[in-house]
Amino acid sequence: MLTLMSLLLFLLVLTNLTLLGSSRLAFCIRTVAVQGVVLGCIPLIGLHPFTLQHGLLSLSAVVLKGGVFPWLLLRSLRVARVKREVEPFIGFSVSLSIGFFVLIGSVVFASRLPLAGHHNHLIIALAIFTMVTGLLLLISRRKALSMVLGYLVLENGIYCLGAAVADHIPMVVEFGVLLDVWVAVFGMGIAMYQINREFDHTDVDRLTELRG
Amino acid sequence: MSPLFWLLILPFIGGLAALLDGRSKTRSALWALAGLTGALLSAAKPVFMVLVSGNNIAAALPWSMVAGPLELVLDPLSAFFLLPVVVLGPLFALYGGAYMRHYRQEGHWHGIHWFFYNLLAVGMILVLLTRNGLSFMVAWEVMSLAPFFLVLFHDREKTARHAAWIYLVAGHLGGILLLLFFLLLGTSGHSLDFVTFQPQLLSPGLRHLLFALAFIGFGVKAGILPVHVWLPEAHPAAPSHVSAYMSGVMIKMGIYGILRSIQLLGGPVFAWGMVLVLAGVSSGVLGVLFALAQHDLKRLLAYHSVENIGIILLGLGVGMIGISLGRPVVAVFGLAGGLLHVLNHSIFKGMLFLGAGSIQQQCTSLEIDELGGLKKRMPITALCFLIGSAAICGLPPLNGFISEFLIYFGAFQGQTVASAAAAWPLLLTLAGLALIGGLAAACFVKACGIIFLGSPRSTPAAKAGETGPAMYLPMLVLAAACCGIGLAAPYFFDLVRYPLAVLLPASLSPSPPFVGAVGRLTIISLVGGGVIILSLGTALIRFFLLRQRTVCRQPTWGCGYLYPDAARMQYTASSFARSITLFFDTILHSRVEGAVPGEFFPARIGLHSSTPDPLTRFCFTPLFSGIAKFLGLLRWMQHGRVQLYILYIVATLFLLLTALAGGWL
Amino acid sequence: MSLVTVLLTLSLAPLMPGVINRSKAVFAGRRGAPLLQPYFDLGRLLQKGVVYSDVSSGMVQLVPVVNVALFLCCILLVPLGSLPALVHFQGDFVLLAYLMGLGRFVTMLGALDTGSSFEGMGASREAFFAALAEPAFFLAMAGLAKMTGALSLTGMLQQITVEHWLHAAPSLLLILVALFLVFLAENARIPVDDPTTHLELTMIHEVMILDHSGPDLAMIEYAAALKIWLMAAIITSVLVPSGSSPLWLPFFLLLMVILGVLVGLVESSMARLRLIRVPQLLIGAGVFAGLALFLEFAQ
Repeated sequence: MLTLMSLLLFLLVLTNLTLLGSSRLAFCIRTVAVQGVVLGCIPLIGLHPFTLQHGLLSLSAVVLKGGVFPWLLLRSLRVARVKREVEPFIGFSVSLSIGFFVLIGSVVFASRLPLAGHHNHLIIALAIFTMVTGLLLLISRRKALSMVLGYLVLENGIYCLGAAVADHIPMVVEFGVLLDVWVAVFGMGIAMYQINREFDHTDVDRLTELRG
Repeated sequence: MSPLFWLLILPFIGGLAALLDGRSKTRSALWALAGLTGALLSAAKPVFMVLVSGNNIAAALPWSMVAGPLELVLDPLSAFFLLPVVVLGPLFALYGGAYMRHYRQEGHWHGIHWFFYNLLAVGMILVLLTRNGLSFMVAWEVMSLAPFFLVLFHDREKTARHAAWIYLVAGHLGGILLLLFFLLLGTSGHSLDFVTFQPQLLSPGLRHLLFALAFIGFGVKAGILPVHVWLPEAHPAAPSHVSAYMSGVMIKMGIYGILRSIQLLGGPVFAWGMVLVLAGVSSGVLGVLFALAQHDLKRLLAYHSVENIGIILLGLGVGMIGISLGRPVVAVFGLAGGLLHVLNHSIFKGMLFLGAGSIQQQCTSLEIDELGGLKKRMPITALCFLIGSAAICGLPPLNGFISEFLIYFGAFQGQTVASAAAAWPLLLTLAGLALIGGLAAACFVKACGIIFLGSPRSTPAAKAGETGPAMYLPMLVLAAACCGIGLAAPYFFDLVRYPLAVLLPASLSPSPPFVGAVGRLTIISLVGGGVIILSLGTALIRFFLLRQRTVCRQPTWGCGYLYPDAARMQYTASSFARSITLFFDTILHSRVEGAVPGEFFPARIGLHSSTPDPLTRFCFTPLFSGIAKFLGLLRWMQHGRVQLYILYIVATLFLLLTALAGGWL
Repeated sequence: MSLVTVLLTLSLAPLMPGVINRSKAVFAGRRGAPLLQPYFDLGRLLQKGVVYSDVSSGMVQLVPVVNVALFLCCILLVPLGSLPALVHFQGDFVLLAYLMGLGRFVTMLGALDTGSSFEGMGASREAFFAALAEPAFFLAMAGLAKMTGALSLTGMLQQITVEHWLHAAPSLLLILVALFLVFLAENARIPVDDPTTHLELTMIHEVMILDHSGPDLAMIEYAAALKIWLMAAIITSVLVPSGSSPLWLPFFLLLMVILGVLVGLVESSMARLRLIRVPQLLIGAGVFAGLALFLEFAQ
């Protein structure tokens, strides 16, 4: 089980770094989907005793994050007719380097957290790393779609942290979080469509004209 | 199921039904009316029992709030304030249903309107029944938000939107102070339940601060000068039955709040009574002066609400001074006068606003100078309005005089036995009440006389007719109540026995002054009855005398200026009030625009005078503009870039995390 | 015994305007109308017919009825010298003041009912001056209550003894002056208002009843006479320390006559004040009463 866990964690790190360094939007969407599937499998790998609820949760996470979201986002990608993220605020190589530093920093930070004994410091560190990756994507990218991806990655990080730390998260909370994410992405998809229809672009930067 | 539970649920269900059935104007009004009548019926027995026996009635609702189960307690003070809420709600709803029928364009709004009307009633009932700081604030918020939508009924008009906005801002600024009050008071006990507060553990300075917070916070809702500025905007903009409900009942919740907070703070000190008297005198005198300068009938009535709140505060202040000095007579008479005036004012102010609504429905405009001669065209409305005006001026034998007499007597008695340092607020009360009474009489002679008497000054006034029975029946009921309370004063005085017992400390027994009061009020009622009987007798004598004399009708003497239009030569409302407004111009700052005739031959000239609220003009508008200008200096932060906003958040998070990790926090 | 006060008031009240007018005439060097002229006037008016403004709608007819009924109730409340009032209770002066206020309210409405601008002018001025006279009256009553410790009109006026005059003369004098000014204002005497002028621009009380005639006017004039009598009785009672011997009543009536002469003197020696000075006069009356209270509290 431990090696399976290491494989999953390795995949997590890989997906995050890919997202930071890649400019092709379709590829990024698929990477986020993979990340979602990876995280959906975490309850199955034996951190906690396996129950039907865990199985249901992981199945719904895999379906939503691996299937529904990418489909929605690819559709909006097609409608908006964009292919690449050009000219982000923080360049791709720079954000990749920042990502490395953040990885090291989060491992250091997680090792200093006062956790109960049986919790794995590494998962916590990677969860924090995922969250920061998501925030970095949100801050540095121009296209609305990249911001949606950043939000999804952020949510993945939170989910990972929750799954690792909490022994008894009420299932309601977990499903609630999932529902929250679903509604947000759905809403954002509609919004992107409307923005594109209205303004012929989805550059969030150019939307500053709208401020009051 | 406790009747208290039904008291809350029935109006809410009525409102929901009105919302769902909003398409039909009549049916939604009927649903709302049914809910409110249900509340009245379920409240009748508990209120009667509590006011007659002095015991509390409690009930616990079957769902739990954050701070514990929702407990409802009906004590005599709450029962007294509940009376106008449940009795006047259905009456005004009956009027409103007929009044709103001619508003065709706001079709979908009717269901929403009646939902929020019932929600207002539910909010007020909940405010009166809760005994927990958190649920009080929730109920207060519900009560404050509902009128926003009610005032906004004519949402196409800019004045209505502006008025609703001012109301919302003022209400919430007051609400912040109340939140602070409850939180600070909660630190003395271990929870926000009223029974756990221990005010004796707080320092005197903190208690003064708490009183100031409660006074200003509740004062915004009550309409005390200088935080009354939302009243003259919101009441004219709302439909008349809403104005009647808000002015007659909702602002009394502020008074209830002040009384309850004084009780929670462990009883009044002399300084608080003094503050109440000062606020009462300024609200009363300035309120009536502002009212005299107004041309719009509803604005005039709104300022009169400010004045009457001043009178109520005078009574409560006299009572508080009596409690702090240990004088039972002063305490009983002052508090009883203030409490009875709460009830009386709801009755006659409600009736006056309903009358204004009837006039608006018939004549479209409420400019006093465009009306006239309506007594012949709308006799029932005119009769009720006249009775209401006489009552609001405190004239015997009607109910306004009863409460003012009690306040006068408390102040007179107090100043004969108190020392100079303690007596000056009482003397100020006396002079203030007298001045207020005289100016109020002037104002209402102006309003009644110009609107109902003389000849019509415009075509709509000439074409007006009497309103339907659904509109004048509630007014007749209220007019009968005014006369009834005035003539049967001792029985109504008994209503305040137990509410007074809640407010008075155990050391001051209310029974000896009570007996004296009942005796005096009996004589007053008898004299009032005597006046009426003698008037009838004199009228009879006069009738027989005139039967043998010639009686004829002629045009009145106009010094030769009566042609072509006798109506234009009548005295106008602004001219009537001119001597007073000129004398007090430094306070009023009226704006007069118009030309003075400069040539020898007649020319076309016009004159327009208006008196915007001086406090809004010179105090609040500059204050808020200044704050806005200062905050405008921070405009550079609002650049519209979402990424930078998220960067601010991330940076803060990062700083916090490093500080935590580094052990600095 | 109290019934005597009522009967005396009812029969002797119209004598006061007669005394005042006679004294004014004497000071002007004329012979003047007979003392009983007001009675003859009332009789004459009762015989005449009535004319109403064609705009009026019922308030005009209400004015004389309400005024007479009110003042008939008011005289039940006022003591006459050492004779107590028929109805007395603590706080009755408040009722008295507000009953007079009701009369004023109805009269003002009746004035506006005629639809004429002159009555409106009078009503406007009357409203203002009455509003300023009320605080002065109440402060004077407060002063008397503080001094005597009694709270009913009968109690206050009958408990002013010679000792009060010896010890608290300044306060009593100030209260007297205040009450006298209120008397002049309420009863439309110079310097507040000229009861003999019929120039529309200078009238206050007279113009409000300009459109009344016949029995209506008779009732209004009678009510006005009752008002003069009532307020003169209050002032005279303050002036005269109480006593219980039966000689007091004629002495008291004599003093009322002297008060009437005094009013006539004041009227003859002054001109009517400009209208913008009248509020200052009334506020001055209030200040006097306040000063009297201050002196009492300072002791």
